[in-house]
Amino acid sequence: MAQLSIRNLEKTYGGGFKAVHGVDLEVADGEFMVLVGPSGCAKSTTLRMIAGLETISGGHISIGGKVVNNLAPGDRGIAMVFQNYALYPHMKVRKNLSFGLKLAGEKKAEIERRVAEVAEVLEIEPLLDRLPRQLSGGQAQRVALGRALIKKPEVFLFDEPLSNLDAKLRASMRVRITELHRRLKAQGRSSTVVYVTHDQVEAMTMGDRICVMKEGRIMQVADPATLYERPENLFVAGFIGMPEMNLVEARLERGPEGHALRFGDQVLRLGPEQNARIAANAPEEVTLGLRPQHFRLAGPDDSHALEAQVGKVDFLGHEVDAHVTIGGAKFTVVLPVELFREASRGGSIRLRADENRVHVFDRASGANVSLA
Amino acid sequence: MSQTMLDDSAALDADAEAARHLALQERRRRLSMILRYAVLTAVGFLMLYPLLWLIGASFKNNAEIFSSPGFIPKDPTLSGYVKGWETSTPYSFGRFFWNTFLIIAPKVVFTVISCAAVAYGFARFQFPGKRILFASLIATLLLPNVVTRIPQYLLFSEMGWLDSYLPLWVPSAFAGDAFFVFMLVQFLRSIPPDMEEAARVDGAKSWQVLLFIVAPMLTPALISVALFQFMWTMNDFLGPLIYLSSVEKFPVSLALKLSIDTSEAFDWNRILAMSVLALAPSLVVFFMAQKYFIEGISAGGVKG
Ligand SMILES: Nc1ncnc2c1ncn2[C@@H]1O[C@H](COP(=O)(O)OP(=O)(O)O)[C@@H](O)[C@H]1O
Ligand SMILES: [Mg+2]
Repeated sequence: MAQLSIRNLEKTYGGGFKAVHGVDLEVADGEFMVLVGPSGCAKSTTLRMIAGLETISGGHISIGGKVVNNLAPGDRGIAMVFQNYALYPHMKVRKNLSFGLKLAGEKKAEIERRVAEVAEVLEIEPLLDRLPRQLSGGQAQRVALGRALIKKPEVFLFDEPLSNLDAKLRASMRVRITELHRRLKAQGRSSTVVYVTHDQVEAMTMGDRICVMKEGRIMQVADPATLYERPENLFVAGFIGMPEMNLVEARLERGPEGHALRFGDQVLRLGPEQNARIAANAPEEVTLGLRPQHFRLAGPDDSHALEAQVGKVDFLGHEVDAHVTIGGAKFTVVLPVELFREASRGGSIRLRADENRVHVFDRASGANVSLA
Repeated sequence: MSQTMLDDSAALDADAEAARHLALQERRRRLSMILRYAVLTAVGFLMLYPLLWLIGASFKNNAEIFSSPGFIPKDPTLSGYVKGWETSTPYSFGRFFWNTFLIIAPKVVFTVISCAAVAYGFARFQFPGKRILFASLIATLLLPNVVTRIPQYLLFSEMGWLDSYLPLWVPSAFAGDAFFVFMLVQFLRSIPPDMEEAARVDGAKSWQVLLFIVAPMLTPALISVALFQFMWTMNDFLGPLIYLSSVEKFPVSLALKLSIDTSEAFDWNRILAMSVLALAPSLVVFFMAQKYFIEGISAGGVKG
């Protein structure tokens, strides 16, 4: 069993810069865990501490129940795929794959068998006798993947493995890695993964669970749907979702019919479900959060409609991202193209927000107070 | 109709004008190229002249060497080579070449190994006192060689190593040439450490990383180091002069001087002939390794 357990992990770099501030994370056996966050939030640092490439300043890491803090990278039962592939430039693909096994003193026949097996899975058989510089980016990344796979490690570590590839290749490699993970799991092999990326699409499509980080701290760990539907704080709300969630300063008012949010000259009444979720101690000064997708066009006699002035419109084919102003605050809304064209003649439209999907955040602490 | 004809002729005029302009440009370009090559050839010849003269003179007889400034011998003779090779000592010049080889080979091997290991340590590991140690390494670069000659001589004489090759070999086994260490450190800094990290994840120990990953990537730079060390040792006169006293251990550089000392009326053509032979190994090795050599210094220099 290869669960990975990180307890109160800290990292202070040589210069005195503290990059990781007490991270706690449990990755279950066979789980695909994605670490996501903006550049510089210490994703790589955390991953490299798991790998043993970076010393640990505090806390501990255990793999399969065994503390590995003081083990060399090669003794931790991990394999790693690097962003720039890090293939050994002077070795043919075949030797790149087998280098680790050879160091471990594996028998020649066994090495050959495993090289063949991995080459078949990754469709790199024709490349076995090439040097890394004779490979395209996608091929090189597959070889790098093979080098990890062939070791049959307990935990796979990926550090932005796809960010050097073009968009199309990235999409197909995403599928390939996810497929591979599923296959390993089905075969009952160790397949725990920690995957680092700054790309939320990668995170959302690949992760069983996602760990969102900011400045060396964990903001939320959850499965993709929860992360999207119930972000625990402003940072996660703004980071996950495309286009970004609309975040507007508002005032939380308690009326006889429930809560309402006032911003500018507009009032947004919360739906019954969301009303019930608002914490009892929610402050007045809040930030309202509403995803661009959670708007629709309002009917002509809708009393809850919001008046929106249309600004710049990004045409995306099947839908538009419209940048609108409601009550003096800027919003982005995503609407189907035809409906939008009809409605927006005259420079303004009437919108209806999905009142049960409005999030309310404590403006001071950033915490979501509509999750109860 | 007439309008289009007018347009056409105007266009034709423009075409002709453009063609004339192109031809003029082409002539100017060719002229400037001829001029450039003429200057470069002249300067190149000037630089090479002493070498050409040396080779030419080694085939002249002694009388002609001083009587004509040209480098093509009127009456070519091999006597300089034949007599020079015999030398005025009991040993032939072959012996001195062999001695030079005995000094160079271990020195080059030791230098490559020790400098690679030390540079790897400085470039890739954190250890207490690293900054001070590296600073003192660089400081020894700035120190003139002669300053350390006397203490070094006393040290080696104390150890009883005089008149042996040990004083010439041993410093190179401990990365005594700071310049090479510095050059390799610069080169290593231009190589991302990811491959080495991948190797560590693959289970390689530090020495295995050095041997299997770093050394192959460092090959061009290591060849440069070997080449520099080869040429410097080949040309080194002072080192052997200080530490060696028996003629049977003399390398080529000392043997050349020896033949000047012993012949009362200098047989210049012998000396010149042996000088030509002494140049040959460096030239041959240099041209053989030229490709790697240039790759090595430029990679180390530009990116570092
Ligand atoms: N070797 C180092 N020395 C000092 N600071 C570093 C070092 N490596 C990374 N950092 C700092 O640590 C922080 C986290 O870096 P990193 O883990 O690479 O972020 P990410 O991978 O999330 O982009 C950054 O602020 C970075 O500048
Ligand atoms: Mg990173």
